[in-house]
Amino acid sequence: MANYYNDNAALKHHLHHPLMEKIVALRERDYTDAEKFDYAPVNYADAMDSYEKVLEIVGEICGGRIAENAEEVDHQGASCSDGRAHYADKTVENLDLCRKAGLMGMAMPRRFGGLNMPITPYIMAAEIVSRADIGFENLWGLQDCAETLYEFGSEEQRAKYIPRVCEGETMSMDLTEPDAGSDLQSVMLKATQKEDGTWVLNGVKRFITNGDSDIHLVLARSEDGTKDGRGLSMFIYDKRNGGVTVRRIENKMGIKGSPTCELVYKNAPAELCGSRRMGLIKYVMALMNGARLGIAAQSVGVSEIAYREAYQYALERRQFGKAIIEFPAVAEMLAIMNAKLQASRSLLYETARFVDMYKLYEDIARERSLTPDERAEMKHYSRLADALTPLAKGLGSEYCNQNAYDCIQIHGGSGFMKDYACERVYRDARITSIYEGTTQLQVVAAIRHVTTGTYKSLIDSYVAEGIPAEYQAQADILAKLTADYEAAVAKVTAVGDNKYLDFMARRLVEMAGSIIMSYLLLKDAKVDASFANVATVYTKFAQAEVARHIEFINNFDPAQLAAYGIN
Amino acid sequence: MSLNIIVLAKQVPDTRNVGKDAMKEDGTINRAALPAIFNPEDLNALEQALRLKDANPGSTVTMLTMGLPRAAEVIREAIYRGADKGIVLTDRALGGADTLATSYSLAQAVKKIGDYDLILGGRQAIDGDTAQVGPQIAEKLGIPQVTYAEDILSVENGKVVVKRRLEHGVETVSCPMPCVVTVNGSAAECRPRNAKRVMKYKRAVSTSEAAKLPEAEAAIVAAHPELTIAEWGAAFVEADPAQIGLPGSPTKVKAIENVVFTAKESRRLDNDDAQIEELVKELIANHTIG
Repeated sequence: MANYYNDNAALKHHLHHPLMEKIVALRERDYTDAEKFDYAPVNYADAMDSYEKVLEIVGEICGGRIAENAEEVDHQGASCSDGRAHYADKTVENLDLCRKAGLMGMAMPRRFGGLNMPITPYIMAAEIVSRADIGFENLWGLQDCAETLYEFGSEEQRAKYIPRVCEGETMSMDLTEPDAGSDLQSVMLKATQKEDGTWVLNGVKRFITNGDSDIHLVLARSEDGTKDGRGLSMFIYDKRNGGVTVRRIENKMGIKGSPTCELVYKNAPAELCGSRRMGLIKYVMALMNGARLGIAAQSVGVSEIAYREAYQYALERRQFGKAIIEFPAVAEMLAIMNAKLQASRSLLYETARFVDMYKLYEDIARERSLTPDERAEMKHYSRLADALTPLAKGLGSEYCNQNAYDCIQIHGGSGFMKDYACERVYRDARITSIYEGTTQLQVVAAIRHVTTGTYKSLIDSYVAEGIPAEYQAQADILAKLTADYEAAVAKVTAVGDNKYLDFMARRLVEMAGSIIMSYLLLKDAKVDASFANVATVYTKFAQAEVARHIEFINNFDPAQLAAYGIN
Repeated sequence: MSLNIIVLAKQVPDTRNVGKDAMKEDGTINRAALPAIFNPEDLNALEQALRLKDANPGSTVTMLTMGLPRAAEVIREAIYRGADKGIVLTDRALGGADTLATSYSLAQAVKKIGDYDLILGGRQAIDGDTAQVGPQIAEKLGIPQVTYAEDILSVENGKVVVKRRLEHGVETVSCPMPCVVTVNGSAAECRPRNAKRVMKYKRAVSTSEAAKLPEAEAAIVAAHPELTIAEWGAAFVEADPAQIGLPGSPTKVKAIENVVFTAKESRRLDNDDAQIEELVKELIANHTIG
């Protein structure tokens, strides 16, 4: 049986990034937990060794049982009866395995029973789980919600709920409603405070992943008469208290093992989490950012399985007397699939490290005040994380879909049959560019980092790190692409029309993303020469992408917007 | 009730993934080419033990293995999955043992452990495939045995109730404790390694491994007694030198032959009745069909 961690050298490469030493020292508060907990590391090497050992467990379970179960889970799917959602049999088995392996609450502090891992290795585990079964990753990965509960809940709420998550209880984030999808300001679920100060929830939630979970984070309207996001608060609903039933589950195209529920709240008792009115503005935004990083990880995991399935088939399938991988058309497709996979992976872990850095300072700030230097560093990384998260999610999920498409194409007629894993991968991949904010909404989140120059300054910092002489030719190409990108940004913003900027936003964001990923792969190649080919292929790809967008922007007259129905 | 459970485990070459270089030219096993693994059915036995421990709080699961010092790897693996502690029975004098000498040596170690309710082990190891060691230990200890166990259904009133997987069906038996139960590969798969236990017990070492550690690491081990895996020798378990190792093993390997299959996968027949009839007769005669 394959071990999905050990069989993928790129993971070890990204785990051992130089910034990790600082991340781990911050996470472990200079290794002071070792005095209190017998499973805490005593130094950096010890911590990294533990992360690797945990990832090996994840890799073994995923490459074994969870990958084997994926097809049956897809066939059986989740079901709904008597007001409850039920997992497929093999999903129950998968969850049981993860609980026994202690893979719940991985990023939670030890005092609540967690493994105290930074986000980066946790996200790596999420990628590995997604390679085996992305639908299952949704259920397992909702342990993310504990992070939000930790950040905004009271110490009492943390102590009450987080240990349960670490023991294996599942979570859900109940945000969307029939009339509040991407637009969460329209949430109507009503929260009413009773005379004794406690709250009850009434209303309907729709499209809730794992909606029959044990512990829910719920966005609800606590302020009577309000209509926008400022009237919304976040609540914790505990299934043990009752009051929420599952009316139906959706019949989806993919990720069938993950029940997507319509929930009915009838006087469901709930606890307010954090402050009133901050539900959407602060807490759900934090929750969504974490969830978006999770989807970026799912996208890379699915890209990985799509690439591997395609590669294996191209090696085995013989036509015209040779393996089809020997035909340049197929070889090129595979090279580009791998380039997109590795590029989105490098971006994923760069983003995860930035998220780690600022969140760790935020957490330390809960214990003591930060020094001015620490505060500046926190702001720096917070901004970078904010800039890279929509790129990693938006572009990563698009690459994931493109790879799933090409995977079927390489399988030819067989790929269209239900006989190969690629058709499930193709259906499962489709949701990644939709949920937790569509690609179009990721562009909306990213564009301000185009116009305010966050991406440009990140690129400048990569250049300043220095590029080895053997990659000078690529560095020259990237310098030219960066200049072209800057010129395009200047040209578009000079028009001073927001509709025009919105129209061009996707192109600008894609340009920034492909240049950043090219630099990241060059940095990877600097450390490990096995990335050299991928860096070459991806830079060629980026070059063509940027050129195509520049051509479009340079030849576009804003008056032509009307032809697109934009007035 | 809390139980003291001993699980017998063996480190074996991974004979399930045999490559071309698995055997040396002289016909002996090329151990370097075969990774050493936890004997699969011993993992099934461990799972049964851990389930009993889950259901009977306060129980302890003690691993016992005989082999080279590196067999401590098997003990660590079991501890990662939930076992409490382990003993490696290792001694040059124990080398070259057949099943008789092995079961005698292990029975001596069990006597040294002393207090136990159940001894569990896999039905057989994938290197020798004899299925003799478990039953022989029971005989040497003078206690009953239940073989081919698929599921331990209950432990009550000093008796263990076991579902056995037999050739043509299942049989449920009740057996007084202490006893030996050997577990089939058809029993529940062993639970995975637990992340927290791995983080905690990755430093667990046998006495001989501890001696090779750098000072800082050795200090951590010394400060945590639970990180020491016991190593016992033949003298410590009071084994009679005549009954252990090569001297205690009546089984002698006369010769080892490297058998190369020469038969071809396919045979060509002409499309006529006579040849087909001849083939069918042949297949009936050798019981392939009919």
